[in-house]
Amino acid sequence: MPAFSEAVLDLDLDAEISRITGALRTGVRRFKKRGIVVGISGGIDSSVVGALAVAAVGKANVFGLLMPERDSSSETTPLGHSLIGHFGIDHAEEDLTPTLEALGCYRRRDDAIRRAIPDYGEGWKSKIVLPSVVDTAQLRFFSVVAENPAGETIKARLDLPAYLGVVAATNFKQRCRAMLEYYHADRLNYVVAGTPNLLEYDQGFFVKNGDGAADLKPIAHLYKTQVYRMAVALGLPEDICSRPPTTDTYSLPQSQEEFYFSLPYDKMDLCIYARDHGVTAAEAAPVVGIPADAVERVYKDIDSKRRVAVYLDSPPLGVADLTGPPAAKAKRP
Amino acid sequence: METVEKELKTYVVETFLFGQGGDELQRDDSLLEQGIVDSTGVLEIVAFLEEKWGISVEDEELVPENFDSLASLTAFVKKKQPTEAS
Repeated sequence: MPAFSEAVLDLDLDAEISRITGALRTGVRRFKKRGIVVGISGGIDSSVVGALAVAAVGKANVFGLLMPERDSSSETTPLGHSLIGHFGIDHAEEDLTPTLEALGCYRRRDDAIRRAIPDYGEGWKSKIVLPSVVDTAQLRFFSVVAENPAGETIKARLDLPAYLGVVAATNFKQRCRAMLEYYHADRLNYVVAGTPNLLEYDQGFFVKNGDGAADLKPIAHLYKTQVYRMAVALGLPEDICSRPPTTDTYSLPQSQEEFYFSLPYDKMDLCIYARDHGVTAAEAAPVVGIPADAVERVYKDIDSKRRVAVYLDSPPLGVADLTGPPAAKAKRP
Repeated sequence: METVEKELKTYVVETFLFGQGGDELQRDDSLLEQGIVDSTGVLEIVAFLEEKWGISVEDEELVPENFDSLASLTAFVKKKQPTEAS
């Protein structure tokens, strides 16, 4: 086996684009549908999936959906419209805010945050964060970081009801988006394309019956590093290709590594590859650029998240086998 | 078995195993690696310790050495409550 290096993530992008677009066409035909709905967030993953969908079935058969809400970044909608224009596809913009307000999403979330920060209220912003796996052996428990209207920041650990309450409330966002995607898919007789990459799919970085709900997941076998390279190969706009990943779920800016992953995506990709290919922490450390004991902690965190992902990706369990033919599992390059 | 450990085992078996399989659970078994609890489950255990023994768990104490087995949990409770939890 060749020595472990960043080159393990190299990919013949043209061949892979051809393979994915072929699989998308096959998938749409298998379900006897007429096209593909893609939720466009302005992030790298949905942009690449949109481009792949257009390449697979043609722009006349792809429908883009913009679904911003109150806490979305100010970049989300302009970037989404820019992509829609780039693809030349039909689209709709659905503002989720009134729906989320009616469901009590924001109120329920704020009530949960007040368990940790009693003064939290109107005019405050927040996000939830995890401790670093690299810097500490601490178990990973969420804290809420809140900014009051005066710009002061307060951080407090979430107890179980607060943590579950914040997550349950914010999950309304992804579930409402899935509901709208399927509304448009049903009226157009289209399928819904999901946008998780390998990192998100493998590590359970999605909401069950939310962004985890899709008919096709065309990039779930690609490391995030490969998705960025594919974006360039697909000719996506520069501002998309260079945009760092965010969650775009909380009112304070939040990177994916402070919310979920242990490391920035490029290092996380290498750790997942290394974990799955028998690369020891000592061998991986110089390539990833962190100490071997930190790699060991990342490996444990990967395993821990995989245990959670089993539930997120599991079909309903019956007493008898309800699954029918085994679900097709994504093949990794 | 000491009282603290017995109470912890009863709690873990009743809460996470629905009362089943307590005979097989050994004091040094890793609750995390055996899949008995995940990080959410550890939060539940933290709440139990705080309620049962009045312990306040600091961020830096949230490490596997304190929470990964009945033995480590027992040692942690006794360290935090040396007189009450004997």
